[in-house]
Amino acid sequence: MTFTRREALVLGAGGLATITLAPAAMAAAFEDAIAAFTGGAAAGEGGIEISAPEIAENGNVVPVEVSAPGAEEIVVFAPGNPAPAVCNVKFGPLAGSQRLSTRIRLAKTQDVTALARMGDGSFVQVARTVKVTVGGCGG
Amino acid sequence: MTLRAKMAAGLAMATALVFAGSAQAEPNIDPNPDVTELVINGEIPITIRAPAPDHLDGALPEIYSGWLYRDASTREMEMDDFENPAMPFVDAGIEAWNAVDGSEGKSCADCHGAIEEGMAGVRAVMPKVNEAGALWSMEDYINDCRVNRMGAEAYDWDKQPMKNITAAIAAQSRGMPVNVAIDGAAAPYWEQGREMYYTRYGKLQLSCASCHQENNNNFIRGDHLSQGQINGFPVYRLKQSALVTIHNRFYGCVRDTQAESFAKGGDELRALELYVASRGNGLSVEGPSVRP
Amino acid sequence: MADAKPRVKVPSSAAAGEAFTIKTLISHDMESGQRKDGDGNPIPRKIINRFTCDFNGTSVIDMTLEGAISANPYIEFDAMIDADGEFTFNWYDDDGSVYSATSAISLA
Repeated sequence: MTFTRREALVLGAGGLATITLAPAAMAAAFEDAIAAFTGGAAAGEGGIEISAPEIAENGNVVPVEVSAPGAEEIVVFAPGNPAPAVCNVKFGPLAGSQRLSTRIRLAKTQDVTALARMGDGSFVQVARTVKVTVGGCGG
Repeated sequence: MTLRAKMAAGLAMATALVFAGSAQAEPNIDPNPDVTELVINGEIPITIRAPAPDHLDGALPEIYSGWLYRDASTREMEMDDFENPAMPFVDAGIEAWNAVDGSEGKSCADCHGAIEEGMAGVRAVMPKVNEAGALWSMEDYINDCRVNRMGAEAYDWDKQPMKNITAAIAAQSRGMPVNVAIDGAAAPYWEQGREMYYTRYGKLQLSCASCHQENNNNFIRGDHLSQGQINGFPVYRLKQSALVTIHNRFYGCVRDTQAESFAKGGDELRALELYVASRGNGLSVEGPSVRP
Repeated sequence: MADAKPRVKVPSSAAAGEAFTIKTLISHDMESGQRKDGDGNPIPRKIINRFTCDFNGTSVIDMTLEGAISANPYIEFDAMIDADGEFTFNWYDDDGSVYSATSAISLA
């Protein structure tokens, strides 16, 4: 897919932004998504980690790794994106660990958030701030 | 103020604006002395620092791969062909290499053999003057084969099929030193490219040298400016999340000076490609590399 | 993109019950559905929405992907095996296509 420069400008940096929601609506969407995952249960701390660069060289491709030993399922959110959901992974019997590494789009600086559902049905949560900078070159 | 002084003042202001922000770093020093080596797949050593070619006459004290200017996470993506997001496109290019296309019923492999053997070293000497005395880029040689030997349609310079095959061809020379010829028949093209490199273009009045010679290691907003070496092309650029050709990048750079840019696949950018490639003589072919 | 190209790295052998890393890449635009075209019309979403890895029919991971996953998705995770056999990888496209790859592995 190609865009002219004008279109790319209209589309916004990284081609991500545009269909924007009001901040309050975005926060509500994020909270709803978390509640849908936990069924309203409170999430604890510890036992889950996120690694990501402190400053992303480009918001279109940000390497992120989540790990929660003993988890059955991990879900990742980017609450500052127009749509907060990023991915959800269920670990099967032959998973060698409860770890996933992938690359994600971040529309702006934000706290990337992960939650895990543990084997005993409890939930844990962690967040990590990733700064997204503005590139210098339009090309 | 004289017109000349006004222009100079305006120019200084434009340059100051462009390079404003964080404190000025010293240009032309090693951007990342702690990073000692790049070995792709644990088996292809890449020369990421090399003595500057003689023709630079001290303009750069040492030459550095753009890889050295990147953050650890971007650098890592290039270190394993199963992490480098350009590699599925290399696979597609190899498939195209082996596929029959055109009225003559031939594939690239029918004449050149397996891509691993037939194309090893080719990227390292591109662009190159052809038998008729014209400077040709890799893309020109590919399309000459396609049209005149295979009876197939030329690939568009900047579209996916061409980028796939140039990435596949570049990958066969990874680790080999860039060594483009700049003398003999190439000399006039090289001179033209050199002239362009130092010419200020656009409303911003920036030359290639303004950023990549005088301000490498500085930041343009979030971007850590490199020496603008092209040994890593085609590049998988995170911004586009796609393969980017040399001419596409040149086109974008000149356009960003707010100038009318040059045509991709045109004589001007071919000449510039030769000159810029020659500034990297001695670095390894690294394409397809990963850059932000 | 007409044909998505998967690329998978799996060791040729592994010890029973011992974790090892699998790396996967696939070429895909991952059009997020969040962008508009030049006329202001939303560009319809077209992404890989699910990725699965199984070994001899038993699940390793089952992942749901959203529009926030970068183009040409990279997915890395750990697996283990209990027998000789084959990994099956499936990427499910919004348009109904399924892109597959397999990789044989033996017990060390």
